[in-house]
Amino acid sequence: MKEATGIKEIIKPENLAYQRTEVLVDNTLSYCPGCGHGTTHRILAELIEELGLQSTTIGVSPVGCSVLLYHYLDVDIQQAAHGRAPAVATAIKRLLPDSFVFTYQGDGDLAAIGTSETIHACNRGENILIIFVNNGIYGMTGGQMAPTTIPGMKSSTSPFGRDVKTMGNPLKMTDIVATLDGTYYVTRQSVHTPANVRRAKKAMRKAIEYQKLNRGTCFVEIVSNCPSGWKMTPVESNKWMEANMFPYYPLGDLKVPSEEKGK
Amino acid sequence: MAKIRGSIVVDVEKCKGCEVCMVSCPTGTIAMAKEVNSKGYFNAYPANPELCIGCASCAIVCPDGVITVYKTKI
Amino acid sequence: MEKELRLMKGNEAIAEAAIRAGVDGYFGYPITPQSEILEYLMEANPYERTGMVVLQAESEIAAINMVYGGAGCGKKVMTSSSSPGISLKQEGISYIAGAELPCLIVNVVRAGPGLGTIQPAQSDYFQSVKGGGHGDYHLIVLAPASVQDMADFVEVGFDLAFKYRNPVLILSDGAIGQMMEKVYLKPYIPRSTVFPEWATTGKTASRERNIITSLDLDPDGQEDFNHKLQAKYDDIKKNEVRFEEFMCEDAEYILIAYGTSARVCQKSVQIARGQGIRVGLLRPITLFPFPSVRISQLAEKVKGMLSVEMSAGQMVEDVLLAVNGKVPVRHFGRMGGIVTTPDEVVDTLKTLFIGGK
Repeated sequence: MKEATGIKEIIKPENLAYQRTEVLVDNTLSYCPGCGHGTTHRILAELIEELGLQSTTIGVSPVGCSVLLYHYLDVDIQQAAHGRAPAVATAIKRLLPDSFVFTYQGDGDLAAIGTSETIHACNRGENILIIFVNNGIYGMTGGQMAPTTIPGMKSSTSPFGRDVKTMGNPLKMTDIVATLDGTYYVTRQSVHTPANVRRAKKAMRKAIEYQKLNRGTCFVEIVSNCPSGWKMTPVESNKWMEANMFPYYPLGDLKVPSEEKGK
Repeated sequence: MAKIRGSIVVDVEKCKGCEVCMVSCPTGTIAMAKEVNSKGYFNAYPANPELCIGCASCAIVCPDGVITVYKTKI
Repeated sequence: MEKELRLMKGNEAIAEAAIRAGVDGYFGYPITPQSEILEYLMEANPYERTGMVVLQAESEIAAINMVYGGAGCGKKVMTSSSSPGISLKQEGISYIAGAELPCLIVNVVRAGPGLGTIQPAQSDYFQSVKGGGHGDYHLIVLAPASVQDMADFVEVGFDLAFKYRNPVLILSDGAIGQMMEKVYLKPYIPRSTVFPEWATTGKTASRERNIITSLDLDPDGQEDFNHKLQAKYDDIKKNEVRFEEFMCEDAEYILIAYGTSARVCQKSVQIARGQGIRVGLLRPITLFPFPSVRISQLAEKVKGMLSVEMSAGQMVEDVLLAVNGKVPVRHFGRMGGIVTTPDEVVDTLKTLFIGGK
């Protein structure tokens, strides 16, 4: 009882150490329990608040699990056709060059149907931030194989595991865009542990700051989980991701701006 | 030496019981409830509140942003 | 600045008119017979002249989605293409209609199906006036018949697009796009600095966030939205029908033709009248909304109508609906990129309605 009284005393406004940002609308997220989309949304929302960007942000949501991004972020958002977010964002940024423009896309949206728009926006060096959430599966449509599904991984359209001989190889889009002259900062992160969330947020902050400097396309991949699609508990899915996804999609920066080198 | 004491408040009705906070807590403060919330999830709660150091690891990793963290020196 | 008289191709006229009409952005992809629009814009320094953004996209699909993005910001944005490219744009156009965004799309039609040929045709009528992509929607469709129309319809199109928050299509063809005529160019209209309240321009503290989407998962909400769209199309049908009549007052037979075919048919009317046949021409300027009411009125007093199109007979279906069996309605048209001659039309009229040549 003595401890309990102590705890009540701690819960006071002056002791507040962390609370959810108001840029994240108070709607219950439609994501499955443990899904990394929620965490990714939150760090983006926190950065919009911390950097004072709410009034200049225009986001572009994809088709996929995160189609309803505009239900959750309290900023102006356009919902794009499947895969076309980088084209939509291109026009927004060109016509409103002082705004902060980002796309938020899954791996089906960005790495399959939207491959062309992604590569060309990056290659033109559009001053946008592309946030790429890669969970190796089509989540919203029920767990089908994505271009990013790793070899041997089971999905509803690769029920015996992805056979690269007949189903092709996983597409490492982040590696591809890192080779393009138009990209400025390309990184691969995750949000499944507190330390990774901190690193991912730091990376995203850099990307946003580079956009202010008109440096070119910044591309942040978040390797994430899909507990429902992978048919695992959230905690199991995070462990599986570490053991199986990370060797294929290693975390870290793929392209570091020259101004950052040596720091 | 001053001791850091923390406390968390879980928005029980928005918690989906994913347990990611529980495994991320360095002090074993969090456990999952034995009874479900109105959505049917076994929500997280501070089972051992005296262990909390207010590090906010749970809140930072929570996909649904349902944890608020308080921290003080005593 | 006074009106300026120039000799231009239809494609060039549309491009120059876009700069002068205060258009904010053009997004295109090369395809014959409309590539001069993009070429002209790239050469005419629109960014230096008015701040207009011109971008060559990686595909027609990207271009129409750029239009979506720009239109969602409340900007005056446009794209142009020709038939195969317009087919590629259809998903984007459906999204634009579903998100109720104003924009201008130009189709300089070539013959199809498939890659077809680069010669002019009017075989994209159905695609243009019946929707084109998925879902119940309509574009407002303007059919130019001259280089002057190409220039003038840019401003007309944007006015309608913003009035109704609806995409507008200029349905031209390879002949009008490529031919040179004199054209009066209007003085400049400054680019707008005021944007519609629904536009995504950044959420200020004084308003809720703006969302541009065509998604509503709730069937009741989706049906309500569809009713709203249909009510808008009814308003457009009521208010925006445009057409021209040529010698219809005493006509026994009416030719119905738009665009290039309307120009051909104007000559056909003169030839037929020279032979003592009282023929008139009704030229729809808007294909959606279609001048059904006027055609129905004319059907009360004529012996027959001939729909003349460079297609297998598409607009004729709308003429049949308007006439509703009151008088015989027939179709005549060449396909595959062949432009009908005035004499062919007269001969066909005589064969179909009068008997003998």
